Amino acid sequence: MWWRKLEEKIVYFMMLISVASLVALLLAVLLSIFIKGVPYISWEMISQTPRGGYYFGREGGVLNAIVGSLYLSTGAVLLSLAFSLPLSLAMNIHLRTRRKTVNRIRFVLDILWGIPSIVYGAFGFTLMIYLGIQASLLAGIITVGIFIMPIMVRGMDEVMKNVPVHLIESAFSVGSTRMEVAFRVMLRQTIPGIVTAILLAFGRGIGDVASVLFTTGYTDNLPTSITQQTATLPLAVFFQLGSPIPEVQNRAYASALILTVIILIISISVRMISKKYHKII
Amino acid sequence: MDNLVGWWIRLMVFLVVALPLFITASLLSKSWLILGHISLPELLFSSVWRPLAGEFGFWPFIISSLWVTFIGLSLTAPVCLLSAIFLTYYGSRRLLGFMQPIIDILAGIPSVIYGVWGILVIVPAVGKYLAPMLGYESPGFSIMAGGIVLSVMLIPFVLNILIEIFRTVQHDLLDASLSLGASKWQTIKHVVLRKSFAGMISAFGLGLSRAFGETIAVLMVVGNVVGVPENLFQPGYPLPALIANNYGEMLSIPMFDSALMFAALLLMVVVVVFNMISRRTIIYLESRQ
Repeated sequence: MWWRKLEEKIVYFMMLISVASLVALLLAVLLSIFIKGVPYISWEMISQTPRGGYYFGREGGVLNAIVGSLYLSTGAVLLSLAFSLPLSLAMNIHLRTRRKTVNRIRFVLDILWGIPSIVYGAFGFTLMIYLGIQASLLAGIITVGIFIMPIMVRGMDEVMKNVPVHLIESAFSVGSTRMEVAFRVMLRQTIPGIVTAILLAFGRGIGDVASVLFTTGYTDNLPTSITQQTATLPLAVFFQLGSPIPEVQNRAYASALILTVIILIISISVRMISKKYHKII
Repeated sequence: MDNLVGWWIRLMVFLVVALPLFITASLLSKSWLILGHISLPELLFSSVWRPLAGEFGFWPFIISSLWVTFIGLSLTAPVCLLSAIFLTYYGSRRLLGFMQPIIDILAGIPSVIYGVWGILVIVPAVGKYLAPMLGYESPGFSIMAGGIVLSVMLIPFVLNILIEIFRTVQHDLLDASLSLGASKWQTIKHVVLRKSFAGMISAFGLGLSRAFGETIAVLMVVGNVVGVPENLFQPGYPLPALIANNYGEMLSIPMFDSALMFAALLLMVVVVVFNMISRRTIIYLESRQ
């Protein structure tokens, strides 16, 4: 009998270590980014665009990349929203009685979710050539918008699926049209979840390199129109880290820190929203 | 108004369902050129990569991708499995409440940040300690470093799916086993793991397809040297890295352009096939519940 108890103890111990290692890994990643990045972060880094000689270690900052990333992700989220919101509403209201169709759509969305962003990048690039547009903010918005769409729809679908059936049915039974049910009942019930889905998609969009590598180009200037090229923060980290000059590499660490802080802010907001949401229900 | 919305919805549904086909079709049309010149087996299994001479053998890239994915997955699997069992069957509600945000943050960290971390921590660790300890020489930037960074990125993804799968195991089965006098671990070993075996494999299948397509983090630490690596401490050059590294030059040479699009197509096909099999299995398991 003793070896069974011992086996259980050993496995229990290994499980404890595994769970603890998750915490340790997160701390290790965050700490190394903070330790490397904090000494090089400055007001100049976040408030200025690269000046002449920036890539040889002279003055300037990565404002171009910060602004570019925010523009790009905001645009992509808005574009994606125009598709995602109607689709997820439709899946849970209009197609409510056709389970098979809805499940098939969910399956396709899951497949789309699994396609790597580099493939979306390549697809966006061919799309660009077909449409005859240059590498630009617009091309990036289209590519990232397509790339985050499945994430957004699945997020919204997940909360809409859990709206009590009787609520929808009683709304229908008092004579509401489907539009009224969609916007007066469903949307009002699921707004926190929808905001969460949008934030998650925003975070995914702002952090991805592979999908924008082909499509947005890179520039030191702030974009003034969507047909211009734009820098993005992850790409700024990537390019600066590839430089042989230590000062520029240090700025890559600072840029990585900025990106991490943006992502952490998004994560914490999502947490807070879903906590509040749980309290209501 | 309702009618107009109806059409909008139909259009959306059509677009989404057709999107995978659009992507495949556009990549296929782009790789048509190279498929017409070089036979598929030669493309896949030749290891001669000389784009300027018109020779495109993808084997070095495919083998690198396979190794990086294999290492990533085999390091992730035990950690995820043990953690998922602990969080579902041993841990308290409060522990899960504490761990969920940690898993979510791990999942949310962009891959370029994992790449930076890999360069700062994993690459020197592999080059200075791990490789010499095992009797190899390594520049640090290697398949092993790529696999280790990848394994950390896969953890939140695989773990979440595993937790979900363990939750679908029926409670009366557990109760039956426990009431027969089996201990908790015996119940897990003989009932839970057996019951959810297909689900576990699917979770790893999904992890595999995620790993196969991961680009930037791996690219930053893997070394990017063309050639079939002799051992895992040598640099490699996975498929996604090949596409990402050459995007600038590819337009000038049509054949090169076509080769890279073929690489993207290959990536997409592998990922979608693994995804479909795994998802179908999971859907089947959930419907049986």
